[in-house]
Amino acid sequence: MQAQDKTIPRFKTSMDLDKCIKCGRCAVNCPFGVIEFDREQKKPVVVNTGNCVACQRCAVYCPGEAISIENYPVAYAPHANWTPWHLRGIFEQARTGGILTTGMGNDRAYPIVFDYLVWDACQVTNPAIDALREPVETRTFLGRKPRNLSIREVDGKYVMDDTYPNVMLSTPLTVGHMSLGSISYNAYTSILRAVSEVGTLFGTGEGGLHPSHQAYKKNTISEVASGRFGVSPDYLYGAAIEIKIGQGAKPGHGGQLPGEKVTQLISDTRGIPLGTDALSPNPQHDIYSIEDLKTLIAALHEATEYTIPVGVKVAAVNNIAPIASGIVRAGADFLTIDGFRGATGAAPRVIRDNAGIPVELAVASVDQHLRNEGIRHQITLIAGGSLRSSSDLVKIIALGADIGMISTAVLIAMGCRMCQQCPTGKCAWGIATGDPVLGKRMDINWASKRVSNLLRAWTADLDEVLGAMGIDAVDSLIGNRDRLRYIGPNPHEAKILGVQHAGSRVEIGGE
Amino acid sequence: MEQARKITIDAEPQGNKLHYRELNEKIRKAVREGFSHITVNNVSGQRFIGAGIKERVTIEVYGDAGLDTGVFSEGPTIIIHGNSEYLLGNTLNGGELVVYGDSWDITGMGARSGRIFVMGEGGSRIGIHMKEFKDKKPAIVYGGRVKQYLGEYMAGGMIIVLGLDYRDAVIDRKKPVTKENIDPGKIKEYQGDIVQSYVGAGMHGGAIYVRGDVPDKYLGIYAVKDDYNESDRELLKPVLERYSELFNTPADLLWKKGFTKIMPISSRPFGKVYNSTPI
Repeated sequence: MQAQDKTIPRFKTSMDLDKCIKCGRCAVNCPFGVIEFDREQKKPVVVNTGNCVACQRCAVYCPGEAISIENYPVAYAPHANWTPWHLRGIFEQARTGGILTTGMGNDRAYPIVFDYLVWDACQVTNPAIDALREPVETRTFLGRKPRNLSIREVDGKYVMDDTYPNVMLSTPLTVGHMSLGSISYNAYTSILRAVSEVGTLFGTGEGGLHPSHQAYKKNTISEVASGRFGVSPDYLYGAAIEIKIGQGAKPGHGGQLPGEKVTQLISDTRGIPLGTDALSPNPQHDIYSIEDLKTLIAALHEATEYTIPVGVKVAAVNNIAPIASGIVRAGADFLTIDGFRGATGAAPRVIRDNAGIPVELAVASVDQHLRNEGIRHQITLIAGGSLRSSSDLVKIIALGADIGMISTAVLIAMGCRMCQQCPTGKCAWGIATGDPVLGKRMDINWASKRVSNLLRAWTADLDEVLGAMGIDAVDSLIGNRDRLRYIGPNPHEAKILGVQHAGSRVEIGGE
Repeated sequence: MEQARKITIDAEPQGNKLHYRELNEKIRKAVREGFSHITVNNVSGQRFIGAGIKERVTIEVYGDAGLDTGVFSEGPTIIIHGNSEYLLGNTLNGGELVVYGDSWDITGMGARSGRIFVMGEGGSRIGIHMKEFKDKKPAIVYGGRVKQYLGEYMAGGMIIVLGLDYRDAVIDRKKPVTKENIDPGKIKEYQGDIVQSYVGAGMHGGAIYVRGDVPDKYLGIYAVKDDYNESDRELLKPVLERYSELFNTPADLLWKKGFTKIMPISSRPFGKVYNSTPI
């Protein structure tokens, strides 16, 4: 590397040696090579602040609170167009000629539709429900629903025709797909334990289910993706099967677990040799059309003897409503829509930051389109990418989803600080890493408790909100856009959402 | 060895063609009831035959099988006396699939184990993303010729293309094609190339063996020719012996021309494309 290749560091790590107790924890905890412990002088030294990614691990583990991390105090000359973000991208690509790869979700400052929505509550004309003392139903069933029930009496017993397999969840909240490999064994186990305690599901991600995780099988959605890693007849018998077509962070893009991350653990789970790249092609080569998708859905139904719901996950893109309609008609039992803020373990930055549309708009549009076509009831609609709080969960359900799906929030619950270094595999918090030493930083008991706490807390929030709206079952909130109001800057957006502007009056006797 | 319990299923009883769902339910019922040899007559395009079956049974199909025969299965031997549509052995986990006819596109997609033998011709993307793990090494053998993208993304196992033309070798065309119905003296060589463009594009494991020569222009990105030597012969031997037995084809004919071996350039072809330096 020539001197000109060097870029100015992003962060300045420093320590107040008056507060420092010289314990060296910061040096031990930093996986990026920023801090080392000088054995001769018996104190930690910042050796390369240029590597600092502000993951905060050293600062959190410093008993003396001696560490500070600041933006690096060398200014770029102000320019509203050529921002440091653009300059640094060009510096790096000019140096290497490679595709910039990043992790987690879109970090650009696009408008957030969730933040333009507020919801209704009971006042005078209808009573609110006291959710702490009166029942509010949050149980949700994942799977296809019949248009009507036909019940016959056969030999004195009542038999119901044409029912489909459904999975009962205790809450309309699932954890999205994250493969073992994109996250560590301990992180994966923690999530599995949490969802099984709470009574909901976790997506296995592409890569199969590790033999030691079989006990949690009925709390997993088995992903069948383009690489078909780990897909065996046994693997298909989770709670549900999901065909992954797309991911919000990288619509149209497959995946690649680089060879150095294919450790013994990953090799055993995915069923591939040690150290080889695990490539997931961009398309599934048996699906080039809706008809082909129908074939794969039917094949999975056949292979599991019609006992497991089969769904399809797509990224929210331009024509999402007709795509969703095609998926329902192809026979999917549930549909997962992943918005453009959804996260990833690794994706080209240019795709993560620009491809796809917000999930709020996609869900509202899909829900309305399927209602217009009279097929909305056939499918369970799961939506994620990204739900940041229980309020986003309430809003996405009111916009038309049956179930909210969270992943990033779960990782944050387990310690993620959003430094976006997942593809490096050096996660200081033991989450997005295949390194067994780093992975052990995650305490399974602690992390699973944090995750189950989060799932329970959001469910409790949902109960409270439903009660205040006077709704006694979450089913009645699904697609109930009349209970939302829009307070954003763009009336056209409100129209797409099917939400009236706050303060809109209904004239007696018609519009 | 225990006596095989046999059953015959008619896929078109009294002239009424069964829907695939009914036919497969009959096959699964037979498997559940412990039959180890299931003959299915009058098949005409029913899909998903043998889907997800784990038992080591033999399913003998007379007629042309539809899409996704043997999909997700892990044990059965499925013998098709006729043609097979696309996606034969999709995500196959074990067992053996045999086709006395053609089997077109995407045969053995993502196969993780098991063997597929096809007497006739194939279309595009045969053996795409096949992989191997420890003792699980899938193999696909095509007696005839195939189209573009043979072994794309291939990550393990082996694909063999022989370039033999059986079109005149079937003795009685009115009868189903079986081993006995093939005249080994009338098996011919295909004239011209037996593989087409983009062989092994993006492959990063396994090997492709093509009988005779392969022009360099047909090699896909990251696929290269490698020396075909004695250890390859040892690897091919058991597979070709089985092929020879299944399709009544003389072994010396199979070995006559020698093979071109196509290998990945590395197990990490895309390793340098992405740059995850924090910026």
